Amino acid sequence: MSFINYSSREINCKIVYYGPGLCGKTTNLQYIFRRMNPGDRGKMISLATETERTLFFDFLPVSMGEIRGFKTRFHLYTVPGQVFYDASRRLILRGVDGVVFCADSQITRMDANLESFDNLRINLREQGYDPDRIPLVLQYNKRDVNSLASVSELHALLNYRNVPEFEAVANTGVGVFETLKGIIKLVLIDLKKGGR
Amino acid sequence: MVSPMNQNRFILHEKEYNEFQSILKKLLIDAYAKVVFLVDKNGSLLTSAGETEDFDTTSLASLAAGNIAATGGLASLIGEKEFSILFHEGQRDNMHISLVDNRLILVVVFDGRSSIGLVRLRVRRAGEELGRILKAVDETAEREEEGGVIEELTEADIESLFK
Repeated sequence: MSFINYSSREINCKIVYYGPGLCGKTTNLQYIFRRMNPGDRGKMISLATETERTLFFDFLPVSMGEIRGFKTRFHLYTVPGQVFYDASRRLILRGVDGVVFCADSQITRMDANLESFDNLRINLREQGYDPDRIPLVLQYNKRDVNSLASVSELHALLNYRNVPEFEAVANTGVGVFETLKGIIKLVLIDLKKGGR
Repeated sequence: MVSPMNQNRFILHEKEYNEFQSILKKLLIDAYAKVVFLVDKNGSLLTSAGETEDFDTTSLASLAAGNIAATGGLASLIGEKEFSILFHEGQRDNMHISLVDNRLILVVVFDGRSSIGLVRLRVRRAGEELGRILKAVDETAEREEEGGVIEELTEADIESLFK
């Protein structure tokens, strides 16, 4: 749920990066953190295990400039991808305005992608959202690895809504900002339309 | 759900913002607190009072919301509706976190100049007043379903963010 503050003239929205374990959700946020002007982003918080696997969430607040005199701020969250952290994933989806589904392009991870995507749809429904209407973009990450699935295969597997999709190599930054811009546009258009 | 008419947004106007602010300022003084924050359950900071310059307020808001969400999850696992108050005791500073109408989160940071008993007492009173204003926010939202800056946004406005 977005928060519009007429006093401080700010629009705040929440974007969640979802996807299977080790698909690169945290890496997306780390790249955004490194590359954005420090004045336009806050600290990145990672609630992670000792082995740097996301335990609860990563959080990065970013500012994207002004629209009609209102500052736009986006709170970026990741969920823990590992299957057994489902209770945490549900909590993080609360109040979400838009979702980036980060898929792992390796052929061996297709089942994991599908399982995570189904889990996203179930958890969205549980939080009262319509999974067929919520602003969503797909990111096909790790396009630099061997034995990867083609974009058309990933599209056929995941993109039944025909939402914007982006190829990415998050650790070098390829496609990371394109993905972020893609979801921000959809979130603002949805906000203007006034609801789900 | 915060706004009954627009389920996907919470709109806070100047008047209610100022009322929230004055309740927080009063709470700050009455509870001998160092700083108080009002946060929505999704982690956005609504307003704060006190020595906020020492704090990363955005991160604090997000983590307080995460904390409430996680303890809410724990509560439901043991059949409780919620744990409406959390208290974290530090060596120097302490943090009292409470829910207002199950929608807003009131965070009070205090040190040895105050006490948990006093904070709880003052928070209860402030919570009732904040709840009343929250109702006014809802009523405003019902009256003003359309006509804000958001409805006037154009695609060109949105594109202008990325130039």
